[in-house]
Amino acid sequence: MRLGYELTEAVRISGEAILSNKLRAALTTLGIVIGVATVSLMGSVIAGLSQTFEDSLSVLGSDVLFVQKYDWTSKGNWREMRNRRDITLRHATRLEKELSLAQAVSVEAQSVGPVSHEERSAESATIVGANEQTAMVRGYLMEAGRSFSEAEVDGSRPVCILGSTLAENLFPRSSPLRNRIKIRGKKYEVVGVLEKMGGSLFFGGADDQVMVPITRFVSDFAYNPDVNINVKAIDAEAIDETRIEVRGIMRKIRRLAPGEPDDFAINQQGMVMDAVIQTGGTIAAGGLLITGLSLLVGGIGIMNIMFVSVLERTKEIGLRKALGAKQRTILIQFLLEASFICLFGGILGLLIAFPVTLLLQTVFPAKMAWPVVLAALTVSILTGLISGYLPAFRAARLNPVDALRQE
Amino acid sequence: MSLIEVRNLSRLYPMGEEIVYALRDISLVIEKGEYVAIMGPSGSGKSTLMNLIGCLDSPSSGEFILNGIEVSEMDDDELADIRNRQIGFVFQTFNLLARSTALHNVELPLVYAEVDSETRRERALEALGQVGLADRVTHRPNELSGGQRQRVAIARALVNRPAIILADEPTGNLDSRTGVEIMALFEELSDRGNTIIVVTHEEEVARHARRILRIRDGLIAADERPPADERIDARLSSCPEG
Repeated sequence: MRLGYELTEAVRISGEAILSNKLRAALTTLGIVIGVATVSLMGSVIAGLSQTFEDSLSVLGSDVLFVQKYDWTSKGNWREMRNRRDITLRHATRLEKELSLAQAVSVEAQSVGPVSHEERSAESATIVGANEQTAMVRGYLMEAGRSFSEAEVDGSRPVCILGSTLAENLFPRSSPLRNRIKIRGKKYEVVGVLEKMGGSLFFGGADDQVMVPITRFVSDFAYNPDVNINVKAIDAEAIDETRIEVRGIMRKIRRLAPGEPDDFAINQQGMVMDAVIQTGGTIAAGGLLITGLSLLVGGIGIMNIMFVSVLERTKEIGLRKALGAKQRTILIQFLLEASFICLFGGILGLLIAFPVTLLLQTVFPAKMAWPVVLAALTVSILTGLISGYLPAFRAARLNPVDALRQE
Repeated sequence: MSLIEVRNLSRLYPMGEEIVYALRDISLVIEKGEYVAIMGPSGSGKSTLMNLIGCLDSPSSGEFILNGIEVSEMDDDELADIRNRQIGFVFQTFNLLARSTALHNVELPLVYAEVDSETRRERALEALGQVGLADRVTHRPNELSGGQRQRVAIARALVNRPAIILADEPTGNLDSRTGVEIMALFEELSDRGNTIIVVTHEEEVARHARRILRIRDGLIAADERPPADERIDARLSSCPEG
C-alpha cells in the first residue's frame, strides 16, 4: 500500500498531462496507431492464411497414405516422375491383398467427361473410378442413398455416386436416386449423393465429381489408367509403420532391385503440413518484421515527445521533488504517461484493423486472432515503457535546485 | 538539542579549471521557534545556504544536523523524505500546480508522505483555514490573486507540520501592500511556535525577523538580534484580508 497514493497521483498527473495536450498526444499516438494497425493486420492475414492451409490439408486426413507416381513436396524431378511406370489396377489389387496394417484401401483413377440426364448436362465433370472403401478413406458422407457395395465393384456394375453440386445441376427438382444418367455416353444408375463439402485451396472438392466403380471405369473410360492408392492406417499413430509396409510391398510388386530408388511416392498430409508451416513461418516472420518497423518509428515519436514533455515540466518536477517526491515517483509518472499514450494508440490501431479485417475477409482469408490483439496491446504498452524510459529516467534524476530555477 | 546545527560547512563548485567557494566553513545554530532572516546581495552565498538548509543540496564538507538527524551524507531519495517531513517551502514565484485546485496543491506534500486521502483533505482544509482561504479551496491558481496564491503556498508549507518553514523571497513577486500582509502571516505563524527562515535581499523584509544573518562572500558577516523597537511588526500596519 506504500506505493498506492503515489501511484494514484501519478495516474492523475499523466492523465492531466495528456488531456492538456490533446492534439499533441493525438499526433504522437498516430505513429503507434499506424504501427499497431499494420502489425495486427499482417498478423490477421497470416493467421487467416495458415488457417486456410490447415483446413485444406485436413481434408486429406492425417492417417491416410497417398501412393502415387508424383511426390507432393516437389522433392523429386518432375520429368523423372512423369516418366515413371503407371501404377496399375493390378498393383493396387495386390497391395490391398498383401497389406496387413491397413484399415481400408481406396483405389482411385480420374478422367474428365460429359455427364447428362435428359436435357441437362455437365460438359466436363470429373469422373472418378473408386471402390467400396473410397468414401470411408476420403471421409465422404452420404446425403442420400448409399456407397458402392463390394459386389458392385467386383461385378463392375454400372452404378454411380454424384457430388452434391453435380446432383443439383442434373436434378434441380427431383431426387437423383435410382435415375439413369449418361457418363460419356454410357448409362449409369445413381445409387448415392454426397454431402456438400465445399472447395479446398489445393484440391478440387468432391462436389463436382461423379464416382463409378473402378472396375467399370477401366472398361468404360480408360483401359489401363494410372491409379492412386489411398491407404488408411488403423490410426494416426500407426501411420509410420504402415508406410514402411506399403513401401516394402510396392517395391516387391514393382520388382525394384535393392538399391534402386523408389519409382513411386507415398504422400501424406503431415509432409505438406510441415512444408507449409515452415514456409508460412518464414513469411510471417518477414512480414511482421517489416511492419514492426512502423511500430519502431512510432516508438521513436513517443520518445521524442516525452523528452519535450519532461523539458517543459522541468519546474514542476523540481517542485514535486522539493515537496518530497522520490525518483521512482517521477519515473513512474512519466512511464505511465508514455504507456497511456501508446496503449491508447494501440486500441485505436486495433479499432482500425478490426473493420479492415472484416472487409478483407470478403475477398481473402483473414482472421482477427485474439493472440494478435493481445500481442498488439502488449507491444504498444512495451513500446511506451521502452521509449518513455530514457526521458523518465532523465526527469527522475533532475536536481531540484536546477529544476526549480528553470523558467 | 538545537533544531539546526551547522558545523564547518563548505560548498564549492568547480567552474572549469577553478574552484569557486559559495560557502566557506560556516558554523551556525538555529533553535526551535526562531524567526530568522538570511540577508545578502546576490552571489553572496545565501541561496546556497538556503538550498543546504532546505536539503535540496548536499555540502562539499562539514556537518549539517537537522532536528537531530545528520543529513549531509544522505542520497537523493533520503533527502526527498527529509524535505517532505521537516521542511515547508515558500517560493518567490509560488510554484503552484496551475491545473490543480488550491486544495490539491496543499494536499501534495501529504500525497508523498503517504497519508490517506481522508486525512489529507482534512489537514489541507485546516491549513487553508489557517491562512484565511477556507472559502477558496476549489479555486485554481489563475482564479486567485498574487497574495492568495502565496497564502496557498504557505498553507502547502504548513500542511505536513514541518520543523522549518523556509521562505525564499516570499514577497518578491507581490506589491508592497500584499507583501506586508504575507509578512504579517509569517509573524502570526512564528507566534504560534513555528520556526521560520526567510531568505531575502530586502532590508524591509528582514526587519520583521527577530534575528538577521548577513552573508557576504560565502561567510556569515553578521549575526544580529535587533532590539524589539527596531523590528517591524506587520500586524500593526495592516490587517490580513479574509
